[in-house]
Amino acid sequence: MDLHGFGHLLLAGTWITLKLAFTSLFFGLILGLLGAAAKLSPIRILRWIATTYTTLIRGIPELLLVLIIYFGTTEILLRMFDKYIEISAFAAGVTALSIAFGAYATEVFRSALQEIPKGQRESAMAIGMTRWQTFSRILLPQLWRVALPGLGNLFLVLLKDTALVSVIGLDDLMRQAYVAAGFTKLPFTFYLMAALIYLLLTIISMQVIRLLEKRANRPWQGARS
Amino acid sequence: MNNNTDQTQAASAKIPTLEVNDLYKRYGTLEVLKGISLTANEGDVISIIGSSGSGKSTFLRCLNLLEKPSQGSIALKGEQLELIKTSDGQLEARKRRQLESMRARIGFVFQNFNLWPHLTILENILLAQVVVKGRSKAEARERAEALLEKVGLAGKARAYPGHLSGGQQQRIAIARTLAMDPEVLLFDEPTSALDPELVNEVLGVMQALAEEGRTMLIVTHEMRFARDVSSQVMFLHQGRVEEFGPPSQVFTQPNSDRCKAFLSSHL
Ligand SMILES: Nc1ncnc2c1ncn2[C@@H]1O[C@H](COP(=O)(O)OP(=O)(O)O)[C@@H](O)[C@H]1O
Ligand SMILES: [Mg+2]
Repeated sequence: MDLHGFGHLLLAGTWITLKLAFTSLFFGLILGLLGAAAKLSPIRILRWIATTYTTLIRGIPELLLVLIIYFGTTEILLRMFDKYIEISAFAAGVTALSIAFGAYATEVFRSALQEIPKGQRESAMAIGMTRWQTFSRILLPQLWRVALPGLGNLFLVLLKDTALVSVIGLDDLMRQAYVAAGFTKLPFTFYLMAALIYLLLTIISMQVIRLLEKRANRPWQGARS
Repeated sequence: MNNNTDQTQAASAKIPTLEVNDLYKRYGTLEVLKGISLTANEGDVISIIGSSGSGKSTFLRCLNLLEKPSQGSIALKGEQLELIKTSDGQLEARKRRQLESMRARIGFVFQNFNLWPHLTILENILLAQVVVKGRSKAEARERAEALLEKVGLAGKARAYPGHLSGGQQQRIAIARTLAMDPEVLLFDEPTSALDPELVNEVLGVMQALAEEGRTMLIVTHEMRFARDVSSQVMFLHQGRVEEFGPPSQVFTQPNSDRCKAFLSSHL
């Protein structure tokens, strides 16, 4: 297929898309863990904050979230400093996608945490571990295994949602395909190319997730009950 | 041996390993423990018996604050666990650090073993030695291997808990606890979740521990074991100590009619 010299542009876009996806995954996982901890906390105000967060975010289309954060931040900065400060589309994209991912991940982590038997925590506490040791050594590794399938799905959605950030001008795969299509007047070629790249990334991700799941499940393989 | 060490030894021999005073536990208006006191001296093996719902587990779990008692005091080798009242009327540890260090000195064996399924048997026994006691990995490993030998599972170091039978898992759970060199061991129905043919391998390990002179509190329905191994037996009824004494007395001539009735249906 002749890409009229736009091939490297698509590759550069793919790189940005991947950076965006993984950075959002990182912050989204942290938000999700915090959200789950808050939802299961005995402190009512924390539970309220977490519930508001997940309800609000899941009720807003991701595209709107990207726009609101990008233009909203610009507006706030304008009022605060009385001059126009442009914020990076990448930062706004990461913020929006992390917040969205975090809201869904909160639910995945919450139900995973509830699936871990109470006795796991108790035997750790009874032997003298601190709360943090109990969480990091006993709960988190088991949480990870239970949550992986759900998180994997969320990541596949996230990977494609990165395309939304092209509307605020981030030079990701989606936007580079759009630019190339405009220049060459070959929209079908470039959109098809972009679609194939997203598909390839998804297939690779699925394989990696499968591998991680297999590794996380190793201790349970061939178990007696 | 000079006079001085003689005196300190005599003094430390008098300090009970575990001393519980007037322990209460309430769930709302339901009073589950109604003032239980207990002194366990070094080497005592105290069996706790009683019908289901009499408060045996709650009592044991209150001792290391897996359950918050409502009232009472707990001392380990003369060190008082500092407790404060929370807003819900229960007691909790005043200092997290003291609670953690006391928990490390009190071994707890659960009915359902509660081994950590994501870790190998060896890692199960290593973990708390390293992160709680601060032992080196090498030292902890040496200790773990000796204990695996002791509970008769030397070949299982690399297996995961899910691959072991219930009896084997419970022996590993005991080894995990022993690795901390606890001053007292608490067992909450350690054989109740086991298939009948696996009960004896666990009781055998426990009997060996008793013979070593370890201080143990054992909630159990194995009356023959309680009679043969205990130095004292405590019979709980509706959150109160109904009967307490050496097994020879409790099992043959109990004062309480309820204890008599319980024993006649369980022997
Ligand atoms: N979390 C709880 N909330 C309310 N009641 C409880 C709770 N845990 C235990 N109980 C009650 O306390 C009583 C004693 O329970 P337990 O200590 O488990 O008895 P045992 O171990 O002797 O069978 C029972 O009546 C039980 O229903
Ligand atoms: Mg019980």
